[in-house]
Amino acid sequence: MNNYHLNHLRELEAESIFVFREVAAQFDNPVILFSGGKDSIVMFHLARKAFYPAKVPIPLLHIDTGHNFEETIKFRDNLVEKYGVKLYVGSVQKTIDEGKVREETGYNASRNVLQTTTLLDSIEEHKFDAAMGGGRRDEEKARAKERFFSHRDEFGQWDPKNQRPELWNLFNGKKRMGEHFRVFPLSNWTELDVWQYIYMEDIEIPNLYFTHKREVFERDGVLLATAPFMTLKPNEKTEILDVRCRTIGDITNTGLTRSKADNLKDIIDEIAAERTTERGQRLDDKRSETAMEDRKKEGYF
Amino acid sequence: MELLRFTTAGSVDDGKSTLIGRLLYDSKSIFEDQIEAIEKAGRNQGKSEIDLALLTDGLRAEREQGITIDVAYRYFATPKRKFIIADTPGHIQYTRNMVTGASTANLAIILIDARNGVIEQTLRHAYIASLLQIPHIVVCINKMDLVDYDEAVYEKIKKQFESFAPKLEVRDIKFIPISALKGDNVVEPSENMPWYRGTTLMYLLENIYIKGDYNHTDARFPVQYVIRPQSEEFHDYRGYAGRIDGGIFKVGDKIKVLPSGLESKIKSIDTLNEKLDFAFAPQSVSITVEDDIDISRGDMIVKPNNLPVQSQDITAMISWFNERPLQVRGKYILRHTTNEVKCIIQEVKFKMDINSMNKNTEDKEIKMNDIGKIKIKTAKPLFFDAYRKNRNTGSFILIDDITNETVGAGMIVTDKA
Repeated sequence: MNNYHLNHLRELEAESIFVFREVAAQFDNPVILFSGGKDSIVMFHLARKAFYPAKVPIPLLHIDTGHNFEETIKFRDNLVEKYGVKLYVGSVQKTIDEGKVREETGYNASRNVLQTTTLLDSIEEHKFDAAMGGGRRDEEKARAKERFFSHRDEFGQWDPKNQRPELWNLFNGKKRMGEHFRVFPLSNWTELDVWQYIYMEDIEIPNLYFTHKREVFERDGVLLATAPFMTLKPNEKTEILDVRCRTIGDITNTGLTRSKADNLKDIIDEIAAERTTERGQRLDDKRSETAMEDRKKEGYF
Repeated sequence: MELLRFTTAGSVDDGKSTLIGRLLYDSKSIFEDQIEAIEKAGRNQGKSEIDLALLTDGLRAEREQGITIDVAYRYFATPKRKFIIADTPGHIQYTRNMVTGASTANLAIILIDARNGVIEQTLRHAYIASLLQIPHIVVCINKMDLVDYDEAVYEKIKKQFESFAPKLEVRDIKFIPISALKGDNVVEPSENMPWYRGTTLMYLLENIYIKGDYNHTDARFPVQYVIRPQSEEFHDYRGYAGRIDGGIFKVGDKIKVLPSGLESKIKSIDTLNEKLDFAFAPQSVSITVEDDIDISRGDMIVKPNNLPVQSQDITAMISWFNERPLQVRGKYILRHTTNEVKCIIQEVKFKMDINSMNKNTEDKEIKMNDIGKIKIKTAKPLFFDAYRKNRNTGSFILIDDITNETVGAGMIVTDKA
């Protein structure tokens, strides 16, 4: 018996590190999309591994809807300072102020769709040629068809029916001027893999993922946090509950989970027993059956 | 927990989606909101029963047309293993998708409809699995419930398959009689087929020995990226980063760098967590060497007593993906390990008729979804092994230098293997 064998997390890690290094080698101006959520935190951890002992040579880009959990922004700024990495922020508010998009109205108004314009503008403004995202194929059915290296035309659009075949570990990042790539190093990870990896590597994550008391209200079966820019319907009541985030996004569409889990082991147990998907608690995905595919074609994350 | 990547191949209506649905469902990998969503989608299409195929068809066009367009990746885990399924469609652009899905698989499931037996498509699936050197093949004879769970039917199909198996290069073939719809021998042993003494499919997936699937004999380290921190602490540090494509590297090992031929010794193997004494395929590491020699991306670190082939002349089996046929005398970009070179197609030796497994030397035009044997000349030498010996150092892709599309996938053949 030899011991030349990796467990599943180490094998996924090796694959993701390979992808990071391939991006650094094949592209002139790559960027890591950083939301402050667990997937982008794991991405950054893998980037540190890929380039150790050098600093991560790829900057971060945060698309800021302005509707954040405060804790996420604090966490982001701490990380940037601790590891000396450059941060770009693309502001959805600025995109609105410039008149490029119009804010949605009504109770379910969200800046989720508007982010795409800000993202594409940021990519164009800074001439990023590869934007690395934390998207995983297990998240959603349209994402299941996504490549590691995903080609975007000059309008930032994804053509799912006409993707480049991707074989072995040979990634083709060739493109014309003005086109760019989205790259997904976590393609083969599942939600549970991400949590097990955070536990194994002892990676710091925002407190929002652990249980805390918060003022919430229920809408369409999802618990949402109250915030100044959220309008309650007449029949909606707020209450204070013990909750935690299973996923962190824009505050207007991040569903909270009732939970008392205050450590990673308990979270892993909860996730393993979970009977709904992670994105099932995201209002942005509940809009239609092909909500993700439609947004992705336009250039969404 | 180990990771097993497998691919599923089957023709239209042989129950592939049902089988995948069954594996996901019985391993509790399907979530309530996913069930709700496919129930709703099924109702919209006027279906009364829950259609597990909708779980794997993700794109709008696929749902509308009831077909699978592209390789979809699915994930499930049992307490023993994590599984990645490359689910490849049975019809449109069949070869292209199956080759893609097969390229990273340790195991292929080939489905045969018990009522139809071995058909042309079965041969095609088996040939591609063999061409791509998938280490393990499991032939599932499905829909046994529709042939009264008859042992004679199973045995006849098994013999049919075995009769052409000598033409294939497969090390490990297993047969299982199943009913994906009823669940026989998928996760639970079948009470309807007491004559079958083998294991269930799930047991096989969980227990099949895969530790031998990586080449741990021939040390190959394609340099992917050079790490130079240029910081106070790591002033003169030069780390050669990459993923080990074969063999084992230990600190103190004598190494040779290709193409320069310069030799040195491994000084350290570094990762963020710790310094390693040794590293093996498929780990991603960073290696430093004793001597100050020039090494860059595209170079390969090997051991002096075990060298890959170094040549500008390559013979390979090619699988073609593009609407524009392969051009003899045409120039392409060839990507192999971390290397990229220009190349010219010199000759098509033959086109493979994958339905009969005969070599066609008359019609040698390699069109989309065709497979053939070709000779290529590269602008500078590559360092490679036969694909049979190493799936990473023996494979390449061809890229069209005008459209930038990936147009073909190659598996290198050498005289030795």
